[in-house]
Amino acid sequence: MKTGTLKQVLLITDGCSNQGEDPIAMAALAKEQGITINVIGVMEEDVIDDQGLKEIDGIAMAGGGVSQIVYAQQLSQTVQMVTRKAMTQTLQGVVNRELKQILGGTGTMEDLPPEKRGEIMEVVEELGETVQLEVLVLVDTSASMKHKLPTVKEALLDLSLSLNARSGDNRFSVFAFPGKREEVEKLLDWTPRLESLSSVFSKLAVGGITPTGPAIREAISYFEKKRSLRSLLSRDDESFFEESV
Amino acid sequence: MMMNHSLKSLCNLAQGTAIRGKWHGQHYTVIKQLGYGANGVVYLVRTADGQAALKMSDNASSVTSEVNVLKSFTKVQGSALGPSLLDVDDWEQGGGQTSFYVMEFIKGPDLLSFIQQKGHDWLGVLILQLLSDLEGIHRNGWVFGDLKPENLIVTGPPPRVRCIDVGGTTLKGRAIKEFTEFFDRGYWGMGSRKADETYDLFAVAMVMINTAYPKRFAKKGGGTDQLMPLVRQSELAKYAVVIEGALTGRYQSASEMRSSILQVLQPARKKRAAADSKRAATRTARGAASQQKKSGGFGETLLIIAVISMLYFFYIYVQIL
Repeated sequence: MKTGTLKQVLLITDGCSNQGEDPIAMAALAKEQGITINVIGVMEEDVIDDQGLKEIDGIAMAGGGVSQIVYAQQLSQTVQMVTRKAMTQTLQGVVNRELKQILGGTGTMEDLPPEKRGEIMEVVEELGETVQLEVLVLVDTSASMKHKLPTVKEALLDLSLSLNARSGDNRFSVFAFPGKREEVEKLLDWTPRLESLSSVFSKLAVGGITPTGPAIREAISYFEKKRSLRSLLSRDDESFFEESV
Repeated sequence: MMMNHSLKSLCNLAQGTAIRGKWHGQHYTVIKQLGYGANGVVYLVRTADGQAALKMSDNASSVTSEVNVLKSFTKVQGSALGPSLLDVDDWEQGGGQTSFYVMEFIKGPDLLSFIQQKGHDWLGVLILQLLSDLEGIHRNGWVFGDLKPENLIVTGPPPRVRCIDVGGTTLKGRAIKEFTEFFDRGYWGMGSRKADETYDLFAVAMVMINTAYPKRFAKKGGGTDQLMPLVRQSELAKYAVVIEGALTGRYQSASEMRSSILQVLQPARKKRAAADSKRAATRTARGAASQQKKSGGFGETLLIIAVISMLYFFYIYVQIL
Protein backbone atom coordinates (compact mmCIF):
# COMPACT_ATOMS: atom_id res chain seq x y z
CA MET A 1 0.00 0.00 0.00
CA LYS A 2 1.39 3.36 -0.96
CA THR A 3 1.34 5.85 1.87
CA GLY A 4 0.15 9.36 1.23
CA THR A 5 -0.32 12.30 3.55
CA LEU A 6 -2.89 12.63 6.30
CA LYS A 7 -4.22 16.16 6.57
CA GLN A 8 -5.69 17.31 9.86
CA VAL A 9 -6.93 20.56 11.30
CA LEU A 10 -6.81 20.79 15.08
CA LEU A 11 -9.19 23.48 16.27
CA ILE A 12 -8.73 24.64 19.84
CA THR A 13 -11.55 26.83 21.10
CA ASP A 14 -13.66 27.54 24.17
CA GLY A 15 -17.04 28.22 22.77
CA CYS A 16 -19.30 29.41 20.08
CA SER A 17 -18.53 31.20 16.86
CA ASN A 18 -20.26 34.53 16.36
CA GLN A 19 -19.20 35.76 12.96
CA GLY A 20 -19.13 34.62 9.35
CA GLU A 21 -19.98 31.30 7.75
CA ASP A 22 -21.41 28.32 9.61
CA PRO A 23 -18.36 26.45 10.95
CA ILE A 24 -20.11 23.09 10.59
CA ALA A 25 -20.66 23.69 6.88
CA MET A 26 -17.02 24.72 6.53
CA ALA A 27 -15.97 21.50 8.31
CA ALA A 28 -18.04 19.48 5.87
CA LEU A 29 -16.33 21.34 3.04
CA ALA A 30 -12.95 20.39 4.47
CA LYS A 31 -13.95 16.75 4.69
CA GLU A 32 -14.91 16.78 1.03
CA GLN A 33 -11.33 17.71 0.28
CA GLY A 34 -9.82 14.93 2.38
CA ILE A 35 -9.03 17.12 5.37
CA THR A 36 -10.09 15.98 8.82
CA ILE A 37 -11.25 18.55 11.38
CA ASN A 38 -10.71 17.76 15.07
CA VAL A 39 -11.99 20.03 17.81
CA ILE A 40 -10.88 20.45 21.38
CA GLY A 41 -13.07 22.53 23.66
CA VAL A 42 -11.08 23.99 26.53
CA MET A 43 -12.84 24.76 29.78
CA GLU A 44 -11.60 26.29 32.95
CA GLU A 45 -13.90 26.90 35.88
CA ASP A 46 -16.39 28.23 33.38
CA VAL A 47 -18.54 25.71 31.59
CA ILE A 48 -19.11 25.73 27.86
CA ASP A 49 -22.78 26.34 27.16
CA ASP A 50 -25.01 23.90 25.33
CA GLN A 51 -24.82 25.78 22.09
CA GLY A 52 -21.03 25.73 22.21
CA LEU A 53 -20.99 22.00 22.96
CA LYS A 54 -23.32 21.33 20.07
CA GLU A 55 -21.14 23.33 17.73
CA ILE A 56 -17.94 21.55 18.83
CA ASP A 57 -19.52 18.12 18.31
CA GLY A 58 -21.04 19.25 15.04
CA ILE A 59 -17.79 20.54 13.57
CA ALA A 60 -15.92 17.34 14.39
CA MET A 61 -18.70 15.15 13.08
CA ALA A 62 -19.04 17.07 9.81
CA GLY A 63 -15.26 17.25 9.51
CA GLY A 64 -14.83 13.48 9.95
CA GLY A 65 -12.75 14.02 13.05
CA VAL A 66 -12.76 13.67 16.80
CA SER A 67 -13.96 16.13 19.45
CA GLN A 68 -13.20 16.31 23.12
CA ILE A 69 -14.07 18.74 25.91
CA VAL A 70 -11.35 19.15 28.56
CA TYR A 71 -10.23 21.26 31.44
CA ALA A 72 -7.18 23.35 30.57
CA GLN A 73 -4.86 21.29 32.80
CA GLN A 74 -5.54 18.12 30.80
CA LEU A 75 -4.97 19.75 27.46
CA SER A 76 -1.55 18.21 26.71
CA GLN A 77 -2.68 14.62 26.95
CA THR A 78 -5.90 15.33 25.14
CA VAL A 79 -4.29 17.05 22.18
CA GLN A 80 -2.07 14.07 21.44
CA MET A 81 -4.85 11.57 22.09
CA VAL A 82 -7.31 13.33 19.80
CA THR A 83 -4.74 13.60 17.03
CA ARG A 84 -3.83 9.92 17.26
CA LYS A 85 -7.44 8.82 17.46
CA ALA A 86 -8.30 10.85 14.39
CA MET A 87 -5.36 9.38 12.51
CA THR A 88 -6.45 5.85 13.33
CA GLN A 89 -10.01 6.73 12.37
CA THR A 90 -9.00 8.13 8.99
CA LEU A 91 -6.63 5.29 8.22
CA GLN A 92 -9.26 2.81 9.20
CA GLY A 93 -11.67 4.52 6.85
CA VAL A 94 -9.17 4.02 4.06
CA VAL A 95 -8.61 0.38 5.00
CA ASN A 96 -12.38 -0.17 5.24
CA ARG A 97 -12.83 1.15 1.74
CA GLU A 98 -10.21 -1.35 0.59
CA LEU A 99 -12.08 -4.12 2.39
CA LYS A 100 -15.27 -3.10 0.72
CA GLN A 101 -13.66 -3.55 -2.66
CA ILE A 102 -12.34 -6.95 -1.69
CA LEU A 103 -15.28 -8.30 0.28
CA GLY A 104 -18.16 -6.38 -1.27
CA GLY A 105 -21.21 -5.42 0.78
CA THR A 106 -20.73 -3.04 3.68
CA GLY A 107 -17.30 -4.47 4.30
CA THR A 108 -16.14 -2.68 7.43
CA MET A 109 -13.79 -4.15 9.97
CA GLU A 110 -16.67 -4.67 12.41
CA ASP A 111 -18.35 -7.07 9.99
CA LEU A 112 -15.44 -9.47 10.23
CA PRO A 113 -15.18 -11.97 13.06
CA PRO A 114 -12.88 -10.72 15.85
CA GLU A 115 -10.17 -13.22 14.90
CA LYS A 116 -9.75 -11.63 11.48
CA ARG A 117 -9.61 -8.05 12.76
CA GLY A 118 -6.21 -8.42 14.35
CA GLU A 119 -4.23 -8.45 11.14
CA ILE A 120 -6.14 -5.51 9.70
CA MET A 121 -5.50 -3.54 12.86
CA GLU A 122 -1.81 -4.29 12.51
CA VAL A 123 -1.90 -2.73 9.05
CA VAL A 124 -3.72 0.33 10.40
CA GLU A 125 -1.16 0.72 13.19
CA GLU A 126 1.73 0.26 10.82
CA LEU A 127 0.28 2.98 8.58
CA GLY A 128 -0.27 5.25 11.59
CA GLU A 129 3.37 4.90 12.46
CA THR A 130 4.76 5.58 9.01
CA VAL A 131 2.28 7.83 7.21
CA GLN A 132 3.18 11.45 6.56
CA LEU A 133 1.09 13.77 8.70
CA GLU A 134 0.21 17.42 8.30
CA VAL A 135 -1.43 19.12 11.25
CA LEU A 136 -2.73 22.66 10.96
CA VAL A 137 -3.42 24.00 14.44
CA LEU A 138 -6.13 26.63 14.59
CA VAL A 139 -6.23 28.45 17.91
CA ASP A 140 -9.12 30.59 19.08
CA THR A 141 -7.54 33.69 20.62
CA SER A 142 -10.71 35.53 21.52
CA ALA A 143 -10.75 37.33 24.87
CA SER A 144 -11.89 34.40 27.01
CA MET A 145 -9.05 32.22 25.74
CA LYS A 146 -6.32 34.67 26.66
CA HIS A 147 -5.17 33.14 29.95
CA LYS A 148 -5.40 29.61 28.53
CA LEU A 149 -2.89 30.33 25.78
CA PRO A 150 0.23 29.37 27.77
CA THR A 151 -1.38 25.97 28.39
CA VAL A 152 -2.23 25.68 24.71
CA LYS A 153 1.36 26.39 23.79
CA GLU A 154 2.62 23.74 26.16
CA ALA A 155 0.14 21.24 24.79
CA LEU A 156 1.34 21.91 21.25
CA LEU A 157 4.98 21.38 22.18
CA ASP A 158 3.91 18.14 23.80
CA LEU A 159 2.06 17.15 20.63
CA SER A 160 5.18 17.67 18.58
CA LEU A 161 7.09 15.46 21.02
CA SER A 162 4.52 12.69 20.63
CA LEU A 163 4.26 12.84 16.87
CA ASN A 164 7.96 13.18 16.28
CA ALA A 165 8.43 9.83 18.03
CA ARG A 166 6.78 8.23 14.96
CA SER A 167 8.90 7.12 12.06
CA GLY A 168 6.72 9.00 9.55
CA ASP A 169 7.29 12.66 8.76
CA ASN A 170 5.28 15.42 10.40
CA ARG A 171 4.59 18.97 9.34
CA PHE A 172 2.88 21.50 11.56
CA SER A 173 1.57 24.98 11.08
CA VAL A 174 -0.19 27.24 13.53
CA PHE A 175 -2.89 29.83 12.87
CA ALA A 176 -4.74 32.06 15.27
CA PHE A 177 -8.18 33.60 14.83
CA PRO A 178 -9.28 36.34 14.89
CA GLY A 179 -6.11 37.88 13.44
CA LYS A 180 -5.05 41.46 13.78
CA ARG A 181 -6.41 42.59 10.45
CA GLU A 182 -7.75 39.46 8.79
CA GLU A 183 -9.92 36.68 10.11
CA VAL A 184 -6.99 34.35 10.63
CA GLU A 185 -3.36 35.06 11.18
CA LYS A 186 -0.50 32.75 10.39
CA LEU A 187 1.77 32.27 13.39
CA LEU A 188 3.96 29.50 12.11
CA ASP A 189 4.50 28.22 8.59
CA TRP A 190 4.79 24.49 7.77
CA THR A 191 7.63 23.06 9.77
CA PRO A 192 8.54 19.65 11.15
CA ARG A 193 9.27 21.17 14.57
CA LEU A 194 6.75 23.02 16.68
CA GLU A 195 9.46 24.25 19.05
CA SER A 196 9.81 27.45 17.05
CA LEU A 197 6.36 28.35 18.34
CA SER A 198 7.71 29.59 21.68
CA SER A 199 7.56 33.29 20.97
CA VAL A 200 4.62 33.64 18.62
CA PHE A 201 1.77 33.60 21.12
CA SER A 202 3.08 36.62 22.96
CA LYS A 203 2.47 39.06 20.14
CA LEU A 204 -1.19 38.24 19.74
CA ALA A 205 -3.88 40.85 19.87
CA VAL A 206 -6.79 39.28 21.64
CA GLY A 207 -10.14 40.34 20.28
CA GLY A 208 -13.81 39.82 21.07
CA ILE A 209 -15.15 38.16 17.96
CA THR A 210 -14.89 34.45 17.18
CA PRO A 211 -15.05 33.82 13.42
CA THR A 212 -14.67 30.02 13.58
CA GLY A 213 -16.28 29.37 10.18
CA PRO A 214 -14.09 31.77 8.18
CA ALA A 215 -11.07 30.46 10.08
CA ILE A 216 -11.75 26.89 8.97
CA ARG A 217 -12.34 28.05 5.40
CA GLU A 218 -9.00 29.84 5.37
CA ALA A 219 -7.25 26.84 6.90
CA ILE A 220 -8.48 24.57 4.12
CA SER A 221 -7.26 26.96 1.47
CA TYR A 222 -3.87 26.87 3.08
CA PHE A 223 -3.68 23.12 2.52
CA GLU A 224 -4.90 23.78 -1.00
CA LYS A 225 -2.22 26.28 -1.83
CA LYS A 226 0.44 24.05 -0.54
CA ARG A 227 -0.94 21.09 -2.34
CA SER A 228 -1.01 22.77 -5.72
CA LEU A 229 2.55 23.94 -5.24
CA ARG A 230 3.68 20.52 -4.22
CA SER A 231 1.86 18.83 -7.03
CA LEU A 232 4.24 20.53 -9.43
CA LEU A 233 7.00 18.56 -7.80
CA SER A 234 5.32 15.24 -7.15
CA ARG A 235 1.97 14.23 -8.48
CA ASP A 236 1.41 10.97 -6.65
CA ASP A 237 1.24 12.53 -3.23
CA GLU A 238 -2.44 13.24 -2.96
CA SER A 239 -4.14 10.15 -4.30
CA PHE A 240 -4.40 8.54 -0.87
CA PHE A 241 -7.79 9.86 0.08
CA GLU A 242 -9.59 10.37 -3.12
CA GLU A 243 -8.89 6.95 -4.57
CA SER A 244 -7.13 5.13 -1.74
CA VAL A 245 -4.48 3.28 -3.72
CA MET B 1 -10.38 12.94 31.27
CA MET B 2 -13.88 13.56 30.14
CA MET B 3 -15.68 10.87 28.28
CA ASN B 4 -17.78 11.10 25.20
CA HIS B 5 -21.43 10.10 25.28
CA SER B 6 -21.28 6.60 23.88
CA LEU B 7 -18.63 5.57 26.41
CA LYS B 8 -20.63 7.12 29.21
CA SER B 9 -23.60 4.88 28.51
CA LEU B 10 -21.32 1.83 28.53
CA CYS B 11 -20.11 2.92 31.95
CA ASN B 12 -23.49 2.54 33.57
CA LEU B 13 -24.22 -1.14 33.07
CA ALA B 14 -26.28 -2.32 36.04
CA GLN B 15 -25.36 -5.31 38.13
CA GLY B 16 -26.90 -8.40 36.56
CA THR B 17 -26.80 -7.08 32.99
CA ALA B 18 -26.44 -10.04 30.66
CA ILE B 19 -23.91 -9.74 27.85
CA ARG B 20 -24.02 -12.29 25.07
CA GLY B 21 -21.29 -12.51 22.46
CA LYS B 22 -22.42 -12.23 18.85
CA TRP B 23 -19.78 -14.53 17.34
CA HIS B 24 -18.92 -17.07 20.03
CA GLY B 25 -22.21 -17.01 21.96
CA GLN B 26 -20.68 -16.89 25.43
CA HIS B 27 -22.76 -15.41 28.27
CA TYR B 28 -21.44 -12.95 30.82
CA THR B 29 -23.24 -11.41 33.77
CA VAL B 30 -22.05 -8.07 35.10
CA ILE B 31 -21.09 -8.15 38.81
CA LYS B 32 -19.59 -4.69 39.16
CA GLN B 33 -17.45 -2.10 37.47
CA LEU B 34 -13.73 -2.42 38.10
CA GLY B 35 -12.60 0.79 36.48
CA TYR B 36 -12.63 2.97 33.42
CA GLY B 37 -10.22 5.01 31.38
CA ALA B 38 -10.15 7.07 28.24
CA ASN B 39 -10.37 3.94 26.13
CA GLY B 40 -12.97 1.80 27.79
CA VAL B 41 -14.63 0.29 30.84
CA VAL B 42 -13.69 -2.87 32.70
CA TYR B 43 -16.33 -4.96 34.46
CA LEU B 44 -16.05 -7.91 36.76
CA VAL B 45 -18.30 -10.56 35.21
CA ARG B 46 -19.52 -14.03 36.03
CA THR B 47 -18.88 -16.67 33.38
CA ALA B 48 -19.60 -20.37 33.17
CA ASP B 49 -16.12 -21.00 34.64
CA GLY B 50 -16.11 -18.40 37.40
CA GLN B 51 -15.16 -14.76 37.49
CA ALA B 52 -13.41 -12.83 34.74
CA ALA B 53 -12.70 -9.24 33.74
CA LEU B 54 -14.47 -7.88 30.67
CA LYS B 55 -13.25 -4.76 28.90
CA MET B 56 -15.52 -3.00 26.46
CA SER B 57 -15.00 0.09 24.39
CA ASP B 58 -16.89 2.24 21.95
CA ASN B 59 -13.70 2.17 19.94
CA ALA B 60 -13.46 -1.24 18.26
CA SER B 61 -9.94 -0.59 17.04
CA SER B 62 -8.54 -0.13 20.53
CA VAL B 63 -10.11 -3.45 21.57
CA THR B 64 -8.54 -5.18 18.57
CA SER B 65 -5.21 -3.59 19.19
CA GLU B 66 -5.12 -4.65 22.86
CA VAL B 67 -6.22 -8.16 21.92
CA ASN B 68 -3.28 -8.31 19.51
CA VAL B 69 -0.91 -7.49 22.36
CA LEU B 70 -2.45 -10.04 24.74
CA LYS B 71 -2.33 -12.72 22.05
CA SER B 72 1.31 -12.06 21.44
CA PHE B 73 1.98 -12.30 25.18
CA THR B 74 0.22 -15.66 25.30
CA LYS B 75 2.67 -17.00 22.75
CA VAL B 76 5.47 -16.56 25.26
CA GLN B 77 5.46 -19.82 27.12
CA GLY B 78 4.93 -20.05 30.85
CA SER B 79 4.96 -16.33 31.43
CA ALA B 80 2.62 -14.04 33.29
CA LEU B 81 3.24 -10.87 31.30
CA GLY B 82 -0.34 -9.68 31.21
CA PRO B 83 -3.73 -11.15 32.03
CA SER B 84 -4.50 -14.19 29.90
CA LEU B 85 -7.03 -13.63 27.14
CA LEU B 86 -10.24 -15.69 27.34
CA ASP B 87 -12.59 -14.40 24.64
CA VAL B 88 -13.06 -11.62 22.08
CA ASP B 89 -16.50 -10.75 20.79
CA ASP B 90 -19.10 -8.10 19.98
CA TRP B 91 -22.18 -7.30 21.99
CA GLU B 92 -25.26 -6.20 20.09
CA GLN B 93 -27.57 -4.01 22.08
CA GLY B 94 -29.83 -1.06 21.41
CA GLY B 95 -29.20 -1.18 17.68
CA GLY B 96 -25.47 -0.72 18.13
CA GLN B 97 -22.52 -3.00 18.46
CA THR B 98 -19.85 -2.84 21.14
CA SER B 99 -16.57 -4.69 20.98
CA PHE B 100 -15.25 -6.37 24.09
CA TYR B 101 -12.71 -8.88 25.27
CA VAL B 102 -12.64 -11.09 28.34
CA MET B 103 -9.52 -11.78 30.32
CA GLU B 104 -8.37 -13.41 33.51
CA PHE B 105 -9.47 -11.42 36.58
CA ILE B 106 -6.37 -10.41 38.49
CA LYS B 107 -7.44 -9.80 42.06
CA GLY B 108 -5.63 -7.71 44.62
CA PRO B 109 -4.76 -4.20 45.70
CA ASP B 110 -2.80 -1.92 43.40
CA LEU B 111 0.87 -1.33 44.08
CA LEU B 112 0.42 1.88 46.09
CA SER B 113 -2.28 0.50 48.38
CA PHE B 114 -0.28 -2.67 48.94
CA ILE B 115 2.84 -0.78 49.97
CA GLN B 116 0.83 1.55 52.19
CA GLN B 117 -0.65 -1.47 53.98
CA LYS B 118 2.39 -3.72 54.20
CA GLY B 119 5.19 -1.22 54.47
CA HIS B 120 7.91 0.20 52.28
CA ASP B 121 10.11 -2.89 52.64
CA TRP B 122 8.02 -4.51 49.95
CA LEU B 123 8.92 -1.92 47.34
CA GLY B 124 12.27 -3.47 46.42
CA VAL B 125 10.87 -6.97 46.06
CA LEU B 126 7.91 -5.88 43.96
CA ILE B 127 10.07 -3.76 41.69
CA LEU B 128 12.40 -6.73 41.19
CA GLN B 129 9.41 -8.84 40.15
CA LEU B 130 8.18 -6.09 37.85
CA LEU B 131 11.58 -5.77 36.20
CA SER B 132 11.67 -9.52 35.48
CA ASP B 133 8.29 -9.20 33.77
CA LEU B 134 9.42 -6.18 31.81
CA GLU B 135 12.52 -8.07 30.71
CA GLY B 136 10.15 -10.69 29.26
CA ILE B 137 7.98 -8.10 27.56
CA HIS B 138 11.02 -6.37 26.06
CA ARG B 139 12.55 -9.63 24.88
CA ASN B 140 9.27 -10.23 23.12
CA GLY B 141 9.65 -7.01 21.12
CA TRP B 142 7.23 -4.85 23.11
CA VAL B 143 7.43 -1.88 25.44
CA PHE B 144 4.73 -1.74 28.13
CA GLY B 145 4.21 2.01 27.80
CA ASP B 146 1.58 3.11 30.28
CA LEU B 147 3.30 1.86 33.42
CA LYS B 148 1.76 3.26 36.63
CA PRO B 149 0.74 1.92 40.06
CA GLU B 150 -2.93 1.70 39.01
CA ASN B 151 -1.89 -0.78 36.32
CA LEU B 152 0.13 -2.89 38.75
CA ILE B 153 -1.86 -5.31 40.87
CA VAL B 154 -0.31 -7.28 43.71
CA THR B 155 -1.89 -10.74 43.78
CA GLY B 156 -1.20 -13.44 46.28
CA PRO B 157 -0.28 -14.71 48.73
CA PRO B 158 2.58 -15.01 48.11
CA PRO B 159 2.63 -11.42 46.83
CA ARG B 160 3.33 -11.17 43.14
CA VAL B 161 3.02 -8.04 41.04
CA ARG B 162 1.15 -8.26 37.72
CA CYS B 163 0.62 -5.73 34.92
CA ILE B 164 -3.02 -5.36 33.93
CA ASP B 165 -3.61 -2.74 31.26
CA VAL B 166 -1.94 -3.27 27.92
CA GLY B 167 -3.56 -0.20 26.32
CA GLY B 168 -0.20 1.54 26.10
CA THR B 169 1.81 -1.48 25.03
CA THR B 170 3.69 -0.59 21.87
CA LEU B 171 6.00 -2.38 19.46
CA LYS B 172 9.62 -1.38 20.02
CA GLY B 173 10.68 1.50 17.80
CA ARG B 174 7.19 2.98 17.39
CA ALA B 175 5.69 5.97 19.16
CA ILE B 176 4.24 5.15 22.61
CA LYS B 177 0.50 4.58 22.17
CA GLU B 178 -0.79 5.71 25.55
CA PHE B 179 0.88 7.16 28.61
CA THR B 180 0.25 9.01 31.84
CA GLU B 181 2.06 12.31 32.26
CA PHE B 182 3.64 11.70 35.67
CA PHE B 183 5.30 8.51 34.41
CA ASP B 184 6.15 9.80 30.96
CA ARG B 185 9.73 10.58 30.00
CA GLY B 186 8.56 13.20 27.50
CA TYR B 187 6.52 15.12 30.06
CA TRP B 188 9.57 15.53 32.32
CA GLY B 189 11.63 16.71 29.37
CA MET B 190 14.00 13.77 29.73
CA GLY B 191 13.69 12.05 26.41
CA SER B 192 11.49 11.06 23.51
CA ARG B 193 8.28 9.07 23.34
CA LYS B 194 9.80 6.42 21.13
CA ALA B 195 9.13 2.98 22.55
CA ASP B 196 12.36 1.49 23.84
CA GLU B 197 13.47 -0.35 26.97
CA THR B 198 14.63 2.81 28.67
CA TYR B 199 11.15 4.35 28.33
CA ASP B 200 9.72 1.64 30.60
CA LEU B 201 12.64 1.84 33.02
CA PHE B 202 12.07 5.58 33.36
CA ALA B 203 8.46 4.82 34.28
CA VAL B 204 9.60 2.22 36.83
CA ALA B 205 11.69 4.91 38.53
CA MET B 206 8.66 7.23 38.56
CA VAL B 207 6.53 4.43 40.05
CA MET B 208 9.10 4.17 42.84
CA ILE B 209 8.95 7.93 43.35
CA ASN B 210 5.16 7.75 43.38
CA THR B 211 5.29 5.34 46.34
CA ALA B 212 7.04 8.02 48.40
CA TYR B 213 4.83 10.83 47.03
CA PRO B 214 1.39 9.20 46.68
CA LYS B 215 -0.21 12.53 45.75
CA ARG B 216 2.31 13.00 42.90
CA PHE B 217 3.46 16.49 41.98
CA ALA B 218 3.57 18.75 38.96
CA LYS B 219 6.52 19.57 36.77
CA LYS B 220 8.53 22.57 37.89
CA GLY B 221 11.50 22.75 35.60
CA GLY B 222 11.58 18.96 35.27
CA GLY B 223 14.70 16.88 34.84
CA THR B 224 16.88 15.34 37.54
CA ASP B 225 17.23 18.79 39.12
CA GLN B 226 13.64 18.59 40.28
CA LEU B 227 13.31 14.85 40.83
CA MET B 228 16.52 13.77 42.53
CA PRO B 229 16.32 16.07 45.58
CA LEU B 230 12.82 14.68 46.21
CA VAL B 231 14.22 11.15 46.03
CA ARG B 232 17.12 11.89 48.38
CA GLN B 233 14.96 13.46 51.06
CA SER B 234 12.49 10.57 51.17
CA GLU B 235 12.57 6.91 52.18
CA LEU B 236 13.83 6.25 48.64
CA ALA B 237 17.25 7.69 49.47
CA LYS B 238 18.89 4.27 49.39
CA TYR B 239 17.63 3.76 45.85
CA ALA B 240 18.88 7.16 44.69
CA VAL B 241 21.60 5.72 42.44
CA VAL B 242 19.22 3.25 40.82
CA ILE B 243 16.49 5.83 40.31
CA GLU B 244 18.88 8.35 38.84
CA GLY B 245 20.26 5.66 36.54
CA ALA B 246 16.78 4.76 35.29
CA LEU B 247 15.75 8.41 34.88
CA THR B 248 18.80 9.26 32.81
CA GLY B 249 18.60 6.14 30.66
CA ARG B 250 21.78 4.59 31.97
CA TYR B 251 20.29 1.10 32.13
CA GLN B 252 20.01 -0.51 28.73
CA SER B 253 17.85 -3.39 29.97
CA ALA B 254 15.49 -4.29 32.78
CA SER B 255 17.88 -6.95 34.02
CA GLU B 256 20.64 -4.36 34.37
CA MET B 257 18.43 -2.21 36.56
CA ARG B 258 17.39 -5.32 38.44
CA SER B 259 20.96 -6.21 39.37
CA SER B 260 21.49 -2.67 40.51
CA ILE B 261 18.52 -2.90 42.88
CA LEU B 262 19.75 -6.25 44.18
CA GLN B 263 23.01 -4.54 45.03
CA VAL B 264 21.17 -1.86 47.00
CA LEU B 265 19.18 -4.46 48.89
CA GLN B 266 22.37 -6.36 49.69
CA PRO B 267 23.48 -5.32 53.16
CA ALA B 268 27.00 -5.70 54.62
CA ARG B 269 28.84 -4.88 51.47
CA LYS B 270 32.51 -3.97 51.52
CA LYS B 271 33.42 -0.90 49.53
CA ARG B 272 36.22 -2.58 47.62
CA ALA B 273 34.02 -5.51 46.70
CA ALA B 274 31.18 -3.24 45.65
CA ALA B 275 33.45 -1.35 43.35
CA ASP B 276 35.03 -4.18 41.44
CA SER B 277 32.08 -6.54 41.47
CA LYS B 278 29.81 -3.98 39.89
CA ARG B 279 30.34 -5.26 36.39
CA ALA B 280 30.22 -8.87 37.40
CA ALA B 281 27.03 -8.41 39.33
CA THR B 282 25.26 -6.59 36.52
CA ARG B 283 26.30 -9.37 34.20
CA THR B 284 24.55 -12.11 36.13
CA ALA B 285 21.61 -11.49 38.37
CA ARG B 286 21.85 -15.08 39.45
CA GLY B 287 25.29 -14.45 40.87
CA ALA B 288 23.89 -11.69 43.00
CA ALA B 289 21.03 -13.86 44.16
CA SER B 290 23.31 -16.61 45.35
CA GLN B 291 25.26 -14.06 47.34
CA GLN B 292 22.10 -13.37 49.22
CA LYS B 293 21.69 -16.97 50.28
CA LYS B 294 25.11 -17.47 51.84
CA SER B 295 26.17 -14.16 53.21
CA GLY B 296 29.52 -15.53 54.40
CA GLY B 297 30.74 -16.85 51.09
CA PHE B 298 30.94 -13.52 49.36
CA GLY B 299 34.63 -13.68 48.47
CA GLU B 300 34.14 -17.18 47.17
CA THR B 301 31.36 -16.05 44.87
CA LEU B 302 33.46 -13.21 43.63
CA LEU B 303 36.26 -15.64 42.82
CA ILE B 304 33.90 -17.92 40.92
CA ILE B 305 32.49 -14.99 38.95
CA ALA B 306 35.98 -13.80 38.15
CA VAL B 307 37.07 -17.27 36.99
CA ILE B 308 33.95 -17.73 34.93
CA SER B 309 34.26 -14.36 33.23
CA MET B 310 37.94 -15.08 32.52
CA LEU B 311 37.00 -18.40 30.93
CA TYR B 312 34.23 -16.62 29.06
CA PHE B 313 36.53 -13.96 27.71
CA PHE B 314 39.05 -16.65 26.78
CA TYR B 315 36.29 -18.53 24.96
CA ILE B 316 35.25 -15.41 23.07
CA TYR B 317 38.85 -14.70 22.23
CA VAL B 318 39.29 -18.19 20.81
CA GLN B 319 36.05 -17.85 18.88
CA ILE B 320 37.20 -14.60 17.33
CA LEU B 321 40.48 -16.16 16.29
